Amino acid sequence: MSSIPMEYYLILSAFMFSVGVAGVLIRRNAIVVFMCIELMLNSANLSLVTFSSYLGNPIGQVFVFFVMTVAAAEAAVGLAIIIAIFRNKKTVNIDEINIFKW
Amino acid sequence: MPQNNYEYFLLMPQIIIAVGIVLSVLIEITTKKSEQILPWFSIAMFFGTAFYSVFNINQNFVLFSGMIEVGGKPAIFNFIFNIGAALVVLSSIDYLKKYGTYYGEYYILIQSSVLGMMVMSGAKDILMIFMGLELMSICFYVLAGINRKKLSANEASMKYFLLGAFATGFIVYGIALLYGATGTTSIQNLVENFVTYSSNIIFVLGFVFFLIGFSFKIAAVPFHMWVPDVYQGSATTVTSLMSTTGKAAAFSVLIIVLTAVFTFNAPNVFRPYFATISALSMLFGSIVAISQTNLKRMLAYSSISHAGYMAIGLAAGNMFSVAGIIFYLAAYAFMNIGAFTIISIVEGEDDSRTDFDSFSGLNDKSPVLAATMALFMFALAGIPPLAGFFGKYYVFIAAIQSKLTWLAILGVLSSVISVYFYIRVVVVMYFREASEDFKINISPYSLIAVVIAAFFILVFGILPDTLMNVILSALP
Repeated sequence: MSSIPMEYYLILSAFMFSVGVAGVLIRRNAIVVFMCIELMLNSANLSLVTFSSYLGNPIGQVFVFFVMTVAAAEAAVGLAIIIAIFRNKKTVNIDEINIFKW
Repeated sequence: MPQNNYEYFLLMPQIIIAVGIVLSVLIEITTKKSEQILPWFSIAMFFGTAFYSVFNINQNFVLFSGMIEVGGKPAIFNFIFNIGAALVVLSSIDYLKKYGTYYGEYYILIQSSVLGMMVMSGAKDILMIFMGLELMSICFYVLAGINRKKLSANEASMKYFLLGAFATGFIVYGIALLYGATGTTSIQNLVENFVTYSSNIIFVLGFVFFLIGFSFKIAAVPFHMWVPDVYQGSATTVTSLMSTTGKAAAFSVLIIVLTAVFTFNAPNVFRPYFATISALSMLFGSIVAISQTNLKRMLAYSSISHAGYMAIGLAAGNMFSVAGIIFYLAAYAFMNIGAFTIISIVEGEDDSRTDFDSFSGLNDKSPVLAATMALFMFALAGIPPLAGFFGKYYVFIAAIQSKLTWLAILGVLSSVISVYFYIRVVVVMYFREASEDFKINISPYSLIAVVIAAFFILVFGILPDTLMNVILSALP
């Protein structure tokens, strides 16, 4: 790993994060939006592991485990919420889920 | 520095709640009467924790090799979270029957979210902030949609989840960059070397990502889009929990990460950011709230503008502003929980009767409710001898001390605008004929919650020094 410069990993991570943010803002399917959020979390994980490896201390890798655990808990709750709304509304398109307006 | 087993005794507030959660799960599994037991069990636990924290406020230590802080500032936050949650549980007992949903996990989720907030407010490591934040947020996502058969609750829950998780993504990426720039996740190190790090571009970038994520959580403009929908669609008691204690927890984290600015007079490099979001939130919240017809939605916009007033304190960045923010959060918790509890009493089945018309002539139907609602509205508007006034006063004074007079003037201006829609509620209650004829079943438990909230508003308003001295003595 040390033969590849750190910047490469960080640029890949920043790119993944941007794709995630763009996906959340552009896509309209709740599940795809949720997948883009997972992409954001994983790009952060990649950064953490990279820094951890190059700084030579393990805190970043420990943090990644916590982020993964939390992401799993969030996925469980999030998919349950999406299923609940699908049962009532028969759609998961965010544009059609709009009873509240100002 | 306390050693070994003694550390666990100092961590008693968190342990009480954590053990309580396990016991609550067991009660829910084993008995059929959990509906009667769980609320009282939760309330006893919350009051016990709140008073334990306040009585041990001088036992200020950092435990577990720099992971979590007890006593001092976290103790005051524990008091706000626990009393707030106790009042919410008290008002939920009869509301849940009316809302058509009784699930035992409602109380367990409230307990878990309070544990998350307590971890956040005491955090001395970014890892603890993250874990506490997620524990709180995930419980809130579920609580928002606790009635899974109701479409409005589903929608609120999904919007809250998607935007909350989006904010989490920003926070985690920010943490990754902070870790890369500093090589550690310790807050102690962050505070000591804040000035050195401030010139590091990766550090500043990471910090801004972190702040953007938390701006979602405190509901500041331009990260507020979820607030009105979520507050309107969730169960009223849940809204009162997440609009007060949830906001207080997010502010406690912002205070922790900016300790260097507040306590050690480091230059506040993020002042332009806070000044912008605070000015935008105050004006946007106050102006848009004028046109609302639904009371819950109006209070959601008012919540946005209150986040703006509190953010003035973050922009000011001196010791006095921290005390002002904490005072404001305590006052806001009681005013808002009181107002939402009254809405939950008047509210009918299927989300009906939350609009202004339903409150017309409330004085004829129930003078007590009308009088307390008027009290909460005056307090939210910031009319003098009530707690809301002193919250704003301390924050504005702190802003003027830090030469942010323009922000204080904007704050006063926005308060003046906000008086219009708060007073409108009072006018409707006292000077309009009742438009529809319905009988209000006043739940005695909710009424007790309202009275306790009103009591705190009056005490903090008439004798603001009582709370202010405690806060100032707790700050280093």
